Amino acid sequence: MTATLVKEASRPAAASTDDVRRRPRRRGRIIALLFVLPALLLLGALVVYPVLFSVGRSFFDASGTRFVGGENYAEMFRDPATLKAVRNTAIWVVVAPTLLTGLGLILAVLVEKVRWATAFKLLLFMPMAVSFLAAGIIFRLAYDEDPDKGVLNAAVVSVHDAFTGTSSYPTARARDGQGLTKQPDGAYRTTAALSPGDTVTLGLVGVQPKDLPGGAEPAHAAAGRTPGPDELRGVVYLDFTPGGGGEQGRVDRRESGLPEMRVEAVRDGEAVASTTTASDGSFRFDGLSEGSYTVRLPASNFAPPYEGVSWLGPALVTPAIIGAYLWIWTGFAMVLIGAGLSTLPRDALEAARMDGANEWQIFRRITVPLLAPVLTVVFVTLVINVMKVFDLVYIIAPGPVQEDATVLATQMWLVSFGGGNNQGLGSALGVLLLLLVVPAMVFNVRRFRRSQR
Amino acid sequence: MMRRRTTLLTTCTALALALGATACGGGPVSAGGGDQALSGQTVTVAGVWSGTEQRNFQKVLDAFTEKTGAKTQFVSTGDNVSTVVGSKIEGGNAPDVVMVPQVGVLKQFAEQGWLKPLSEKTEQSVDAGFAPVWKKYGSVDGELYGLYFKAAHKSTVWYSPDALAQAGVKPPKTYDEMLKAGRTVSDSGLAAFSVAGQDGWTLTDWFENVYLSQAGPEKYDALAAHELKWTDASVVEALTTLGKLFKDKQLIAGGQKGALNTDFPGSVEKVFGPEPEAGMVYEGDFVAGVAKDQFGRAIGEDADFFPFPAVGGGKAPVVSGGDAAVVLKEGKNQKAAMALVEYLATPEAAAVWAEAGGFLSPNKNLDLASYGDDVTRATAKSLVAAGDSVRFDMSDQAPAAFGGTKGTGEWKILQDFLRDPSDPKATAAQLEAAAAKAYRG
Repeated sequence: MTATLVKEASRPAAASTDDVRRRPRRRGRIIALLFVLPALLLLGALVVYPVLFSVGRSFFDASGTRFVGGENYAEMFRDPATLKAVRNTAIWVVVAPTLLTGLGLILAVLVEKVRWATAFKLLLFMPMAVSFLAAGIIFRLAYDEDPDKGVLNAAVVSVHDAFTGTSSYPTARARDGQGLTKQPDGAYRTTAALSPGDTVTLGLVGVQPKDLPGGAEPAHAAAGRTPGPDELRGVVYLDFTPGGGGEQGRVDRRESGLPEMRVEAVRDGEAVASTTTASDGSFRFDGLSEGSYTVRLPASNFAPPYEGVSWLGPALVTPAIIGAYLWIWTGFAMVLIGAGLSTLPRDALEAARMDGANEWQIFRRITVPLLAPVLTVVFVTLVINVMKVFDLVYIIAPGPVQEDATVLATQMWLVSFGGGNNQGLGSALGVLLLLLVVPAMVFNVRRFRRSQR
Repeated sequence: MMRRRTTLLTTCTALALALGATACGGGPVSAGGGDQALSGQTVTVAGVWSGTEQRNFQKVLDAFTEKTGAKTQFVSTGDNVSTVVGSKIEGGNAPDVVMVPQVGVLKQFAEQGWLKPLSEKTEQSVDAGFAPVWKKYGSVDGELYGLYFKAAHKSTVWYSPDALAQAGVKPPKTYDEMLKAGRTVSDSGLAAFSVAGQDGWTLTDWFENVYLSQAGPEKYDALAAHELKWTDASVVEALTTLGKLFKDKQLIAGGQKGALNTDFPGSVEKVFGPEPEAGMVYEGDFVAGVAKDQFGRAIGEDADFFPFPAVGGGKAPVVSGGDAAVVLKEGKNQKAAMALVEYLATPEAAAVWAEAGGFLSPNKNLDLASYGDDVTRATAKSLVAAGDSVRFDMSDQAPAAFGGTKGTGEWKILQDFLRDPSDPKATAAQLEAAAAKAYRG
């Protein structure tokens, strides 16, 4: 923005001095000034004055009446939220433009070689037409952690489940102190030692009646059967009478068995036999030798369902938002680089081909070096753009992780208007942002001057 | 708080603003009847309401017009009343009456010198019909500026009667009973509570209810004014009590991680949606609206509430919020504006909206029969019966940086507490640090 303004401001000046070289110098200057004046006024009112005002404001406190000197700047770097914002902005500035320029370059080169190049370019360019707000809302939904809402997690979960399958009783658990002890790996083991000829009842809770496998039958009858001498019998049942009233730890009449539960007989830490429960929740181990056993319900019965990736959790939120940013800007990078690509001298490419260079060599040794100026423009423009990223971060990051995702621009807004109402501190943040953008600006302006010569 | 419905709804705010702008193009309404003493005057009223709420308030305004002959015009301000009203005053286009949604904003207006003290007649109605606490919240430095016309009841725990019947438990009377009932519900296979941890304000409401009941109204007031430090033992105790619930994976749908991923509408959906995951959800009376409008539940049959139970030896808390009518000095029709506020103080005006639904009045002279359904009647009764022990939402009384901003202050710290409730003392210290910063600024 500023770069183009500077350009407009300097061009008429140069033109007019050229024009009037032979006339009296002073008059030339006045005319030049007249031409420059509107641009200068605009620049002064819209750029210079606000910048100076912000710098001034940053030395005052929240109310704007008390001079605090550098206090706001000290406060800024004491605040962990600002430090996080600086760190995140650094990640953004390094990662986003690099990825975008790279992606844009690859796509531009590839698109040149396909038949429907224009249609393809159009498609990739389309996200540019979507506002950041709308894109933010779209990605907020796409990244949602609930697989029923977020499309990304729906995909991740269905792929995962296709390979590993799900357990039958993810929510089931045993009450404390009723004969079952939870193992560190999530399995349950009987607390007391058992020997052949015993019957054991294993009560679990936390399963909704509607989640029971079809055909589950009451466990009462099975719990009453007597075992043979070398037989270990038992039932796994749901220790909860719908509507309440059952006695805890006892198989009441209406309580259902839990079918298809894996059960293991364990001796000296080794599983010596295993089986699955019948439709009334009963199981039995035959032909066990004398000795002391425990019965184990392995963790595979209770494995919680896979919940997918926590895209918007504290760790992944910044990469996730950068992903959304890529979606919007890839088309821009591709089209710009594609335009540069079409102006490359064909003869150089042809010559290389004649000399027997393969496509990869041509890409590395000829295309990329010749495109370097365009790539730099794209990169620097994106750096400046990324510095001020605000809407995506503000919309996509949910409340609890907002601080983990914050960047300087959001932090500046939050501190000055979004509740903090400390415009002194906000201005200080604004000045910091300005200082960070200045090098990129200077670079852009310099490069621009050079290319004008 | 009841208007901060969800985070994604930045859009909705924009939409609401747009809709509000078109909706208020309705223009002045005139009607016959009444004594018509004010005919020819137009009162402009500004408020945060839009949609159904605005339509229902318009009915109240229409009734006023019929009575006095003064025309009325409603302007919807969107969420940020103080900014909108401030800029209107500066622009010389001030509304006559503003419905202010927060105690803090009322105080701010009064301190700016924008408000006119309410008339003798209104004050008499307030003394006769309202518990003194409402007068106190409407006054600044002993002068009555605001009349609480509409109130919210934020001490209601909503439950699905089916889920509780399935588990065989009855609505509990104390906090410990509630946790016990919750464990039984979770034994039945359904999580006990759905907590909307993604919206920080629901967590502040949880805390306020526990604190008001456990520490008592005096300490509550002191903490709200930040005369009491957040590091006080009573705060640590309330956090510990709340932590008992937060740290119990059986009691919260989806565990702490699931709760942090649930926004307010989502938490209602988990109890009253098509696939229930929990038996109870705590929030204000507006839960009924969501359960009814979005999930088609019949209030009283598929969805019911019990008052937030008493914690420890304290009384059951009643945390509230409300919209107060204030008269602006800059308004052009002071006389008609005062008449409107006098009218809003009468049970007659409250009855108009009460019949339309979605409304609670703190006015004890309002006949409870005016409410459209039993559940609303019960909430209204509980609110009025609480009398002077009603307390305003604490986070609404605090500076926005502490009590009302997504991602910082109390909201963020309580979310961190929900994620890891193991150290209430450290949480209290963080709250104090944030509060000290916000109250100073």
